[in-house]
Amino acid sequence: MTATERIWTFVTCLVATLVVVFLATPLVVTILTSFGSSSLFTLPPPSWSVRWYQRLTSVRGLGSTLLVSVEIAALSTFSSIVIGGLASIALVRGRFPGRTAIGTFLTSPLMLPGLVIGIALLQAFRFAGLRDVWTSLLLAHMIVTLPYAVRTIYSSLLLFDFTLVEAARTLGCSPMQAYIRVLIPALAPAFITSGIFAFLASMDNYAVSIFFTDAWTKTLPIMMLNLAEEQPDPTIAAISSLLIGLVLIFLIICDRAIGLRRIVDQH
Amino acid sequence: MSDRTPDRVALLALPALVYMVIVFAIPVMVLIGRSFFGPSGLSVTPYIDFLSDGFNWRVIFNTLRTAALTTLVCLVIGYPTALALSWSKGFVQAIMLVAIILPLSVGVIVKAFAWQIVLRRDGIVASLLMATGVWDEPKLLLFTETGLVLGAANIFLPFMILPIYSVLKLIDPSLQHAAATLGAPPVYRFFRLSLPLAASGIISGCSIVFSLATSMYVIPSLLIGDRYQTLPTLTARAFLLMRNERLGSTTATILLFLTIAIVMLTAWLVRRREVQT
Repeated sequence: MTATERIWTFVTCLVATLVVVFLATPLVVTILTSFGSSSLFTLPPPSWSVRWYQRLTSVRGLGSTLLVSVEIAALSTFSSIVIGGLASIALVRGRFPGRTAIGTFLTSPLMLPGLVIGIALLQAFRFAGLRDVWTSLLLAHMIVTLPYAVRTIYSSLLLFDFTLVEAARTLGCSPMQAYIRVLIPALAPAFITSGIFAFLASMDNYAVSIFFTDAWTKTLPIMMLNLAEEQPDPTIAAISSLLIGLVLIFLIICDRAIGLRRIVDQH
Repeated sequence: MSDRTPDRVALLALPALVYMVIVFAIPVMVLIGRSFFGPSGLSVTPYIDFLSDGFNWRVIFNTLRTAALTTLVCLVIGYPTALALSWSKGFVQAIMLVAIILPLSVGVIVKAFAWQIVLRRDGIVASLLMATGVWDEPKLLLFTETGLVLGAANIFLPFMILPIYSVLKLIDPSLQHAAATLGAPPVYRFFRLSLPLAASGIISGCSIVFSLATSMYVIPSLLIGDRYQTLPTLTARAFLLMRNERLGSTTATILLFLTIAIVMLTAWLVRRREVQT
């Protein structure tokens, strides 16, 4: 290796190290702030405390908001995996024209600005006379979660050996039984991973939700946005830290299910 | 297997397809269509009105400028990171992957709020610049364009690193050795070997970051405020505060066409490269 090359290798590694620190910064800052005693976001905080976590119990509406968010995320994720999984089987196994186009269409909400989807749905639901906040949120969030389900399940199905289903048929399973007993266990990691990323996408969504929430029914990101605008104090950092903890647990599950490197490939 | 089976399998796509057509495609089409309909039929008046206002040109310019700066920052620091990631093994690689995947999975609001804290007058960036003597007195980075680009680049960086990494890891390292053995200088190797091979990753990384940065809403509203309007913030304001749905539909449609243009431009660039190679 020449001297110039060694310098370039060193610079590359230095930049990469700084980038790792840069990427970690917002998460570390959030967690440190949430355990500080000061309400002024001084870092490092003058002393440590859990007062912002204790204050969470007195934030009005936090419990019901969290419940709405979890309900919407869980239900939209589950429905997306069911209809997205079925669609993926059709796209991989079917021999009909336009399969690529349908695949692109089903994942296209990922490429469009969330706000535009939100506005389009706001006008459509109003036209259809749908006024219920909870139902609107659920229908809208399925547009957010479905692409994640289709993307992950489709790419796992491409790797799946369908002769295994045929083998199960030969061994006496009915077509339905063959699918349930062979395909579903083989796809379990894909269901877990797509489910987790769809669930997180729904839990974090603000661009679509912002048009459907009202004073009584809102989702967690909308409530956090309101808090950040009205009374920015470390209470939001405490909520954020709990969310970071949740993501960490989910990622450990994903890592067990398919491994870190395949999570990277999914993106 | 009989010939009927494939057709029956196709039916499995119906629930998702029907749902997406009714709840997604038709509403988006109607949004676009309505923005071209005035009280007296088909018209482009809303667009002419919108584009004849200098303020709105400023809004479009702001949107594209911030997105371009964010993409540039992500590319400059993301490429070396992706390269180092493709060299790394074992524990170091695991650390780097976690450092990329964990922030990527945490919500945008959490990170944008953290950047509000970081960019304060007494925040860590200001303290760092003071300690190293770059700044003589603490300045506010929050509510400035620099602060906005820094926060946005941080939040979108994984979307630049991952596509570049996915291409770089496929490049055979012996190619570099071969070129070096044949006497190609490092700079020549970078421009004639590494860069063309990594180009598809760079194109898709830039395209993803640029479209995300074009349509970001929470990041500018928390990091720069109402003074600096972009297409998404103006769209949200038109609907949520000003109750001016005509303006909102116009800006939303412009934003939509902008995003579609980026996707199509990327597809064209990738196809053109495939034809060449």
